[in-house]
Amino acid sequence: MTEPLGPARAALKQTKLRPRHLLVGVAVLLVSTLLSVLLGAAELGWQRVLGEIVAQLTGGVSPLSEREAAILWQLRVPRVVLGVLVGAALAVSGAAFQGVFRNPLADPYLLGSAAGAGLAATLVLTTAPQAGGSIPMQLAAFVGALGGVGLTWVVGRSAGRDTATLVLAGVAVGSFLTAGQTFVQQLRVETLEQVYMWILGRLITTGWREVLIVLPYLTISAFVLWTCARLLDLLGTGDEEAAALGVHPGRVRALVLIAASLATAAAVSVAGLIGFVGLVVPHLVRLALGGSFRIIVPLSLLFGGAFLVTADMLARTLLAPAEIPIGVITSFTGAPFFAILLHRRRA
Amino acid sequence: MTGFRRLAALLLATLALLAGVTACATRPQSETPAPADDPASAFPVKVELPGQPPVTLAQQPKRIVSLSPTATETLYAIGAGDQVVAVDQYSNFPAQAPRTDLTGFTADAAGVGARTPDLVIAPDNAGQLAEGLKVVNVPTLLTPAAATLDDAYRQIEVLGQATGHTKQAAQLVERMRSEIAEIVRNTPRPPVPLSYYHEVSPDFYTASSQSFVGSIYGLFGLANIADSAGGKFPQLSEEHIVHANPNLIFIADTKCCHVNAAAVAARPGWNTLDAVHRGQVIELDDDIAGRWGPRVVDLVRAIGEGVAKAQHG
Repeated sequence: MTEPLGPARAALKQTKLRPRHLLVGVAVLLVSTLLSVLLGAAELGWQRVLGEIVAQLTGGVSPLSEREAAILWQLRVPRVVLGVLVGAALAVSGAAFQGVFRNPLADPYLLGSAAGAGLAATLVLTTAPQAGGSIPMQLAAFVGALGGVGLTWVVGRSAGRDTATLVLAGVAVGSFLTAGQTFVQQLRVETLEQVYMWILGRLITTGWREVLIVLPYLTISAFVLWTCARLLDLLGTGDEEAAALGVHPGRVRALVLIAASLATAAAVSVAGLIGFVGLVVPHLVRLALGGSFRIIVPLSLLFGGAFLVTADMLARTLLAPAEIPIGVITSFTGAPFFAILLHRRRA
Repeated sequence: MTGFRRLAALLLATLALLAGVTACATRPQSETPAPADDPASAFPVKVELPGQPPVTLAQQPKRIVSLSPTATETLYAIGAGDQVVAVDQYSNFPAQAPRTDLTGFTADAAGVGARTPDLVIAPDNAGQLAEGLKVVNVPTLLTPAAATLDDAYRQIEVLGQATGHTKQAAQLVERMRSEIAEIVRNTPRPPVPLSYYHEVSPDFYTASSQSFVGSIYGLFGLANIADSAGGKFPQLSEEHIVHANPNLIFIADTKCCHVNAAAVAARPGWNTLDAVHRGQVIELDDDIAGRWGPRVVDLVRAIGEGVAKAQHG
């Protein structure tokens, strides 16, 4: 990189997160969350749900029966909160991966994390089908996701140090692990349905447990990634220039990859493989507000949560009382977006 | 005298002719159908199940491969077990069925043909396998999933014809009909239909009234909470199940996924359900609830007991 340092520094100054952007993000998240709480397969009536919320806040009389209150507080609200957390985790990871690889098509699954989680979850489901949704299965998916990224890292580092090599290693490792998953599935075809449902992704909760599993990992990862947002901007100007500004590109990449992988693994372990959130959301933010990661990272957190919680609301209500797998909704919106993005890149 | 002799001869000839005609007339009566306990004489036979191509069997099959757990159960129930040389890995009933690692999903013609069968019975999605076996002249009977009890009875009868056990199959069907009718008759019918939820998997896949198992519940006049979702096996929203508060919960994922009544009661929000309070969560055998063979009677009995208990409790 032989460009003068001046323009890069100038660009960095221009791209700070403005309070009004943050305000819009928070507002969108709050509105989508509230809508998701008000609407569901059980027709509780949005006015009565609002009445219940007000009653809880003020200590008044609830308009809901005991069963309806259980539906709201034990089924719907935990699921909405989980949707926000998983969406935020996937979107912020996507933003981070795109920054590290300087590749707008990178997403959390590029580095073999989804394939690793898929193989581990399939191994658990085929050996102990009763483990579906249990903590051991979530733990296995978590370890598998991190293992997939670790394997990609090892293969990529041994082949070269540039990001393109790492991406290729991710594709190779991902294909290998997916083949392993298919092989295991074929050994125990009676578990195909469970594995298939997990691959499509789901936000069915067992109360607040899943929320508590994801929350600490997402908090740590989001903090690290937000802190590293400026460094990601510097990486965008090129390794040499970043090094000249006192940044160690290799260390930044490693730190960001670990944090993003941690967030992805936590999300995948509780919700299965929900595609396209990590690709679509950071892009929408970039298209609307510019390319600085100091904008993209925090707003991806907010809009990621809003996007997934809205997708889940559609999954729960479009064909109610039947449900549509959430991965179908995100892919329905994500796949056309992906195509438009490719088209714009060619144009 | 000569005239008498002529007359006598004429009379005798007439009698002989009459006897001959009579004999001719009675000959078809002497060719009665072969008795059912002589199955070999019932062949060749052409059998056909709804929506499937007909299958012709030149002689009674002696080496049957069954890739359908329902068909395996039926074959043993109608006395064709001795002819079965291999069954798929999911044919876990009866215990003596010779299980192999074959499956109806993945079996190929070479793998099945290696068992040198003279009849293969497979699920109706194994059309490609049937084509492959056709090349090596192995007849394959494809069995579609039954939608009603009548479909199930028809399938048992066809398996009887195909294996040379027509009479036993007819007797089995008759026995099933009368036992099921008796259970239904003896189960009290509530003035208002009871509602139910039949769980197929822990992520709330269920069976609607359109499914075979749904038609069994229909015998008792039960109302299915999944019917508004459409389709035979919809995935229900958990909110809907809790909101619908079914009178009866039947869980048919006890073996696959180790769900039991206690696990159902421990689900968030489910402790508010009347069925959970009243102990009307009925644990079914997944295999019996998922097949349309002779053990359907056991399923009917389990449902009948649940319905009776719900009314007395």
